[in-house]
Amino acid sequence: MSAFMVDQLVAKHGLLMAVRGVSFSLEKGEILAIVGANGAGKTTLFRSLSGVHPVDSGRITLNGEDITAWPAHQRVRSGLAMVPEGRRLFVDMTVRENLQIAAEHGRSGDWVLDKVVAALPVLEPILNQVAGGLSGGQRQAVAIARALMCNPSVLLLDEVSLGLSPIAVEGLYQSLEQLKKSKVTSMIIVEQDLKRAIQFSDHLLCLLEGRVALSGCSHELTHKAITQAYFGLEAEETENA
Amino acid sequence: MLDAIIQGLLLGGYYAMLAAGLSLLFGVAKFINLAHGDLAILGAYLVLFGVKVLGLSPWLSVLLSLPIMGILGWLLQKYLFTRTQAAGFLLPLLVTFGLGAVLQNGLYGVFGSDTRSLANYIGDLSWDSWQLTDQISVGKLPVITFACAILVLAGLQLMLSFTRLGRAIRATASDPEAAELNGINANAVHCSVSAIAVMVTGLAGAFLAMRAQITPYDGPVQLIFAFEAVVIGGIGSLWGTLIGGIVLGISQSLGATLISAQWFQLTGHLVFLAVLTARFYSAIAHQRGGWRMFLKQSYFSITGSLPSKVTKTKIKNG
Repeated sequence: MSAFMVDQLVAKHGLLMAVRGVSFSLEKGEILAIVGANGAGKTTLFRSLSGVHPVDSGRITLNGEDITAWPAHQRVRSGLAMVPEGRRLFVDMTVRENLQIAAEHGRSGDWVLDKVVAALPVLEPILNQVAGGLSGGQRQAVAIARALMCNPSVLLLDEVSLGLSPIAVEGLYQSLEQLKKSKVTSMIIVEQDLKRAIQFSDHLLCLLEGRVALSGCSHELTHKAITQAYFGLEAEETENA
Repeated sequence: MLDAIIQGLLLGGYYAMLAAGLSLLFGVAKFINLAHGDLAILGAYLVLFGVKVLGLSPWLSVLLSLPIMGILGWLLQKYLFTRTQAAGFLLPLLVTFGLGAVLQNGLYGVFGSDTRSLANYIGDLSWDSWQLTDQISVGKLPVITFACAILVLAGLQLMLSFTRLGRAIRATASDPEAAELNGINANAVHCSVSAIAVMVTGLAGAFLAMRAQITPYDGPVQLIFAFEAVVIGGIGSLWGTLIGGIVLGISQSLGATLISAQWFQLTGHLVFLAVLTARFYSAIAHQRGGWRMFLKQSYFSITGSLPSKVTKTKIKNG
């Protein structure tokens, strides 16, 4: 039984079909990278998976349970957490309070404050600071820490490196590598940096206009094949280019 | 005049208690409840029912009315407000306006149109006072009302700052979707907030009935007072609501003392209008890069030329 399974998922924005029959599955501890150009449907897919965007048809299964109709908070309590695009911290509250909220309302488990701070040392000096005054890198670290405090079995990370300095991105991925090694939490990441997406993930899925244009084992897919799928190019066009 | 200020300050306590629920509901659920004043009057009539029909003591009746008002607030949010909020900004206004009309006519149907008061049931408290100086005395009931308002606001503040529910309320007020993504049931939080808001409003209504005569149609006036206190103090801020209530109370009291008794309400409305206008222009000035830039632009739009100092500087710089 897969830890997380998505079957023929369809989601719309009004009349526009943003996600068209997307399917994939994920085993415990596996990492799936989702890539695609702007408007490919990545964020809508993530929002549908997390429960904040309505699903038109299809099925989402978490640890064998059909969660398609569940509201977002119930999914979190069952082990599906998301780091949304733009971080979405509670800006008037301290970092500690942001983390405390996730601990109080998420799933209980091994991820407690001390462990999260140990995994993301950047948090230690800023725990009592108001989240609204943090830098982009610090905010992203808090957003990831907050999701971890929910003790997810599946963690969705939307555009983790967006707007961050190269040093901040490096630090962030080092922390995620630690999480990856534990092989406890499955992760689905949306990443614009193709090279990093390939390196970090076990599987890769490329979206084009809401459809799966390419999917497979990350280390078996060539950069060229992914680029073709990313831009919707035929093989010959890419060679001529 | 000092006496008028003290009386206004104490009256502000009542306004703060009345406005706290409105402020809380707007701050968290982004929702203006036009039936707010009518719910306060309903709370007052509930206490009257306990006293007159069931023969309870007024304070026991107040205590028993609070959970009933809380449950009513929860049910209203769950089955009425949440559903109407999904349809945009206008529908909740219309629905709560209609709810207010239903409450007014319902109370009229049950209790009739006679004026009623709890003053007769609280003994000396309704008129007893402490003599501070030869010219200044403060009523015991207004002092108790003010102290109660401080206790309610402090309790709400402590709850918001240090409890699980309080943190969930603040998170939901900040970003309901992000709250959901952290396991918070935003709808349940809204229901809790509505329950607390209606409970506090009912308590304010009970204090109103102790100090004044009420009729089923007094709700809209109380809504205006609550709305004015919230706007003067800053929407969504509990202590701001207290300040707003005090400013409103002192304005009314000074208007009645320094001008005439008929100016009691009008002075409060004028101060409210002045604060609203100041906030409006402050927001525009902020958008246009500060008050100095805003004043220069306004001067230019009126006269067609810049102030002489600005023109000279411009010429000097080429």
